[in-house]
Amino acid sequence: MTDMADGPQAAVAGRTAPIRVVLAKLGLDGHDRGLKVVARMLRDAGMEVIYLGLRQTTDTVIAAVEQEDADVIGLSMHNAGHLALAPRIVQAVSDAGLDVPVVIGGIVPEADVSALKEMGISAVLHPGASAVAVGEAVREAVRGSLGDRPVHD
Amino acid sequence: MSGVPVDPVYGDGPLPGEFPYTRGIYPEMYRSRLWTMRMFAGFGTAVDTNGRFKEILRHGGTGLSTAFDMPTLMGRDSDDEVWSAGEVGRAGVAIDTLADMEDLFADIDLGSVSTSMTINGPAIVALAQYIAVADKTGVDRATLSGTIQNDILKEYQAQKEYIFPPRPSMRIVTDMMRFTTAGMPRWHPVSISGYHIREAGATAAQELGFTLANGFAYVEAAQAAGLDVDDFAGRLSFFFNSHSDFFEEIGKYRAARRIWATWMRQRYGAASERSLMCRFHTQTAGVSLTAQQPEINIARVALQALAGALGGTQSLHTDAYDEALALPTEKAARIALRTQQIVAHETGVANVADPLGGSAYVEWMTDEMERRATEIFDHLLELGGGSILEGVYEGIDNGYFVGQIADSAYRFEREVNDGTRIIVGVNAFTEGDDADQDGANLLRIEQDTEDFQLKRLAAVKQARDDGAVNRSLELVRNEAEDPGANLVPPIIEAVNAYATEGEICDALASVFGRYVEQAIV
Repeated sequence: MTDMADGPQAAVAGRTAPIRVVLAKLGLDGHDRGLKVVARMLRDAGMEVIYLGLRQTTDTVIAAVEQEDADVIGLSMHNAGHLALAPRIVQAVSDAGLDVPVVIGGIVPEADVSALKEMGISAVLHPGASAVAVGEAVREAVRGSLGDRPVHD
Repeated sequence: MSGVPVDPVYGDGPLPGEFPYTRGIYPEMYRSRLWTMRMFAGFGTAVDTNGRFKEILRHGGTGLSTAFDMPTLMGRDSDDEVWSAGEVGRAGVAIDTLADMEDLFADIDLGSVSTSMTINGPAIVALAQYIAVADKTGVDRATLSGTIQNDILKEYQAQKEYIFPPRPSMRIVTDMMRFTTAGMPRWHPVSISGYHIREAGATAAQELGFTLANGFAYVEAAQAAGLDVDDFAGRLSFFFNSHSDFFEEIGKYRAARRIWATWMRQRYGAASERSLMCRFHTQTAGVSLTAQQPEINIARVALQALAGALGGTQSLHTDAYDEALALPTEKAARIALRTQQIVAHETGVANVADPLGGSAYVEWMTDEMERRATEIFDHLLELGGGSILEGVYEGIDNGYFVGQIADSAYRFEREVNDGTRIIVGVNAFTEGDDADQDGANLLRIEQDTEDFQLKRLAAVKQARDDGAVNRSLELVRNEAEDPGANLVPPIIEAVNAYATEGEICDALASVFGRYVEQAIV
């Protein structure tokens, strides 16, 4: 289980504070098993998780990001609505003047991944993704959003 | 194959068909009646699904099974811009008003089919719509046959499709039980479901313990509402998962029958044989399906189906191999049905009742499942001060169920992560994953359905008498405030006025409130 308890790596090079992640499900979809598992994986990896849970809207997610000064948004999707919901959250982030990457996990066909990335989603995680892969995708997304700042790792 | 004659059952008593029914509820089990191959389906508009229903009936089927879309399951109308946009007709059929229910069952004689409706939070509205269609088409309510899932307790624990808080929701469930017990003797008012509890992460023992505890809670609530146990218990049925640990699943089913029979007789005073029998539907574990090398799911489903058959299920749904990717395609759904047909007709397992009974391991596992479930009942009795119903309420309020389920889900993931649990294709034997990269073979629902349904709903709202709608909704609110009233009749009146499902749920919520889950990880 050492792969999950990699606390020091929870921060991205170039910053010292642990990564703060907002986790939520948008809309009516009630499948929260995966999101809860991811919440614990990220906590074990030393990140700070703001777990909003079910039945969130883009507004409640953005409000949480602002209030909690979060670095990244993680959304779980199991209702085949990802292609409709992704542009809405990306737009909401941009409308709020935020520079916060969005990672999606859940039942998302491989064929939709490139479309989601074109819409501005930083990473897509599929069922069976390991704790290491989940943690790495979140860190990578945060690193990407740090843009020109020096990143050493 | 070699034609060796076999007896209907082997071993010592209590035999199948004898109390406490550990070995099965019927003396000859599948020799007398094979399990029902009930495949759950439905998407798009009511008209689309009606076409599919008629096809099933033309091919000799008599059982219809309805899957509703998410807005319908959550009591939201298709034109609810905040909650429904993008979800209309996607995961099932969209039903807003009686007009949609009339379309869904157009040209189908409700007196001669059996209908299963998988809906919980707004189940009372769906039942009222179904009754209204029967009334309009001249079908006697007493002849209506079917099942409505209506298991609200597991919604707070696992599936999360609740609307109102637990206590008023239980009042709605008992109103429905009273109503159907009095005038719809062939209707099953609650299907107590462990399936979703398991999918959310519970172990087999937790699925067993939580589900039967919910069953006892419904019995206690109905008894408290003045019903005689033998008047309704024979219409209760169960719905379990079949996961991958073969012998654990079989032990779970055998323990379920024994516990139910024993508790119903000893604790709840049931005398009729039917009240003691744990009848159940089984579905293979959707959560066990892998997106990696999806074709190998066919083997998983076959083994899970075999466990269901060896465990004595009354009906079975086999999952399609592509369900970890999307809703099943027609071909994948057909292979799933063929899989259980092979189990039923080629393997010979249907020839002998409880063929594993007497195996030292299977008997031990059955006892062990019972022991672990009993620990859960003891905990709930303690929480509820001697009442399972109160214990279940308390377990919902204090996060016991969701916490236990999340712990088990995380333990499972950690075992997969550190390799102590092998999932073929995921953390071992991963070569050969040629998953369908272009997605050409996945089922996709187009936006047309939503557009069609929005027009349909607007037309219904245009044509109805708004005064009658408002009066009927006012009556629903008044009756909701009177704990002695039964909510089914006023809701039948509201659906007859073409009040929408969302309007009726809003009226109820104005009295009962809406449930908001504590976000606990």
